[in-house]
Amino acid sequence: MTLNDIMFYLFAGSILTFSLLTVISRRILRSAVYLLFVLVSTAGIYFMLNYNFLAAVQLTVYAGGIIVLIIFSILLTSHVSEKAVVAPVRQQIFSALAVAAGAVLTILTITKFAFTPTASPAIEANVTNVGRALVSYNRDGFALPFEVISILLLAAMVGAIVLAKKEKHLEVPGNQPNTNPDNSTKS
Amino acid sequence: MIDNVPLNAFLILSTLMFFIGIYGFLTRRNLITMLMSIELILNSVNINFVVFNKFLYPNHLHGHFFSLIVIAVAASEAAVAIAIIINIYRNFKSIDVDNLDQMKL
Repeated sequence: MTLNDIMFYLFAGSILTFSLLTVISRRILRSAVYLLFVLVSTAGIYFMLNYNFLAAVQLTVYAGGIIVLIIFSILLTSHVSEKAVVAPVRQQIFSALAVAAGAVLTILTITKFAFTPTASPAIEANVTNVGRALVSYNRDGFALPFEVISILLLAAMVGAIVLAKKEKHLEVPGNQPNTNPDNSTKS
Repeated sequence: MIDNVPLNAFLILSTLMFFIGIYGFLTRRNLITMLMSIELILNSVNINFVVFNKFLYPNHLHGHFFSLIVIAVAASEAAVAIAIIINIYRNFKSIDVDNLDQMKL
């Protein structure tokens, strides 16, 4: 067993422990920090698979962006010392049973299936190849999903701003504010 | 570089992570922690894509780009979800799913 294998099992163990702690911990802020550890360990696995660009994206977008967003929203919506409401014990037991059955079934299927890798020569996933494939419109290019995802991000950004902004009751200049009784009663 | 670790080890890891996320989604009552469980699920699916790409089809980069797109979708989904959650909190003063049984005031 080389050092790389030991590193993989280290990352896998930290992913599993911290994801369990994420769903079990009763303090919401702590479980957000545990989720951060899970995402950083996942980025470590991507680094060990030689997918450096993907690992960097994982670190910046997930660990840097989404976790900060989640922590901000936790601080906006609950107190730091507030404990999460737990589900009833019966529901916890049945959820655990269902989840365990699903996991056992999936793992049995995985171990029985014979995966056959292709014999074709490998492409290295360095930044040059990734960038070329991302903007190429040939057979192995991803220009269309790239454009679609950019439009999706723009739409999500505008939508998030529109949803989260406070509603202001604008009064049109030159209009009497209280002429319509329906407007004044609405809060 | 991990060459000696078998493919099944990665797949079992991502399966366990996926079902831990499902467990969190089923048992949590707070909207933000449910969102965090969804992030766990998406992350485990990403590991699957990347590992299939690396071990089975190294002559393409399809799994790599699938993961990139999933990360982008997860980011936009988290932004919109948190906007909705903050709006709900502003109107109902609570983000526990047990208290949310109407869609508007």
